Amino acid sequence: MKKESLPEKLFFFAAAGSAIATLSVFVFMLFLGLPLMLEGRFMELFTSPWSPDQGLYGIRAMIAGSLVISVTSLILAFPLSLGCSILIVVLSPRGMGRVLRSTVQFMTGIPTVVYGFVGIFLLVPIIRNLFQYGSGMSILTASLLLGILVTPTMVLVFSDSFQQVPESYLAAARALGGTPLQNFFNVILPCAWRGIVAGVILATGRAMGDTMISLMVAGNSIGLPRSLLDSGRTLTAHIGLVMAADFESLEFKSLFACGIILYLFTSIMAIAARSLYSLKGPGISR
Amino acid sequence: MKGIAEKVVVGYSWMSAFILLGSVTVLGSYLVARGFGALDLELVFGDVHPVNAVLMKERVLSGLWPAIVGTFLLVITALVFAVPIGVASGIYLAEYGKGRIKSTLSLLFDILASIPSIVVGLFGFSVAVFLHQNLSGRIYPCLLISALSLAFLVLPYIIRTTQISLESVPDGLRRTAPALGASKLQNIRHVLLPRSLPALLSGIILATGRCAEDTAVIMLTGVVASAGIPASLLDSYEALPFYIYYISSQYSNPDELAGGYGAALILLIICMLLFGVAFFAKNRFESRISRL
Repeated sequence: MKKESLPEKLFFFAAAGSAIATLSVFVFMLFLGLPLMLEGRFMELFTSPWSPDQGLYGIRAMIAGSLVISVTSLILAFPLSLGCSILIVVLSPRGMGRVLRSTVQFMTGIPTVVYGFVGIFLLVPIIRNLFQYGSGMSILTASLLLGILVTPTMVLVFSDSFQQVPESYLAAARALGGTPLQNFFNVILPCAWRGIVAGVILATGRAMGDTMISLMVAGNSIGLPRSLLDSGRTLTAHIGLVMAADFESLEFKSLFACGIILYLFTSIMAIAARSLYSLKGPGISR
Repeated sequence: MKGIAEKVVVGYSWMSAFILLGSVTVLGSYLVARGFGALDLELVFGDVHPVNAVLMKERVLSGLWPAIVGTFLLVITALVFAVPIGVASGIYLAEYGKGRIKSTLSLLFDILASIPSIVVGLFGFSVAVFLHQNLSGRIYPCLLISALSLAFLVLPYIIRTTQISLESVPDGLRRTAPALGASKLQNIRHVLLPRSLPALLSGIILATGRCAEDTAVIMLTGVVASAGIPASLLDSYEALPFYIYYISSQYSNPDELAGGYGAALILLIICMLLFGVAFFAKNRFESRISRL
């Protein structure tokens, strides 16, 4: 084995250091959250309500809030994303497809705090007047904004995976007299379904991990949400809101449970999206 | 029947694009309508003369200037940490890492990219408190802690861009220098890296945008609503995105709210400009490849 030079060693240390730091986030949170779990109160996290005054630190309402908001935003965003990707890749009206794709790319750069800000002053009053219910800060409001936030992620992954379908397949389908849309449903979609699943998974992680939108427009109430028009609180917003508590308190320690849940959830999403991608090969699935 | 189904799908696709573009247009034009009127020197510098503010002769108490400077310092400090480490890791992954080591590292960087920013913020804050208790009482959540947390947040983007741009160098070019006797390191330094520079720059600019817009990390690690321009890396500081969040929940009069709209518009413009530059760099890069 050839001896490595100093820069080559540094490359390795940088990569190894970054990887270890990734793991250490998890270990550190586990270590700091341990006191709460060692007191035999682990299950309490999932069964009791959030009421620090009574010594109850349950986070089930926040878990429910995170799940409901991400799922609703995906239900809104998925059909939208599919439609946009069809327009970009299949129909691609002259120039329009490219313009749309560039716009969608630019959308990924819009600051989430700007979405939240506009949401508070534009969308919240609309929802309030439309449904005549509550303050307008609701799970639905947050889901609508999050839907717009995650749509670009899905559109980009979808349209990339559509474009990876080998041209020879499409040429064969065209030769058989298929229209662009027939080709899409009979050739592209069956070949690119992994890309679609991966896009949905990535978007779920994005929706689950976002803080500012739910913090600013979901209302942050600590009850279990009963309807989409109820106010709700996500795990991410919960961390932001409880930060002011004393670091040594059990209240603060329960935040690490939120952190661990978010870390695990988004990691699983990342691993799932990754395995779908790496299995994909040259756009062919059997 | 087929004809009708096709028409429905076509109509549906157009409608989707219309809804998406419509929402962004509404968002943008609402901000411009409300914020453009507020955009003036007074919004940024308050009642201080701009020259005096920039030369730090006078403190700006009622303007966005400290928040803009804070965001700028934050982004620069974060990049000082993230770029060297990210590029070095990317080089390792693309040129040295093999087999199981490469796939493990790559998996961990995917996980790193997926960690929600608020969790990174919680980690940064806890590390700061831990250091405060065990190392030095002078360490509090501050600009440095925020910058380090942000660097950690954007690290995976820089690693990936470096790796992908190095790996996409065509084989012919990759083998030329080694065939002439260059070492692997010389090849990286004189051929592969210069070749990947535009894509790399585009990735770094995108990371800059991420640093400038992120709110969740900094609100846990040292940003405050009013601090003035930080004197050192260990001070607390102000930042544009946090100001926007703060105003949205704490504004007490129409002037403050107008300032919030102005700040949101400024942040949006900064991010879009950064994005535009990155986009341009990348397109130049791609058209250069296609000419080869």
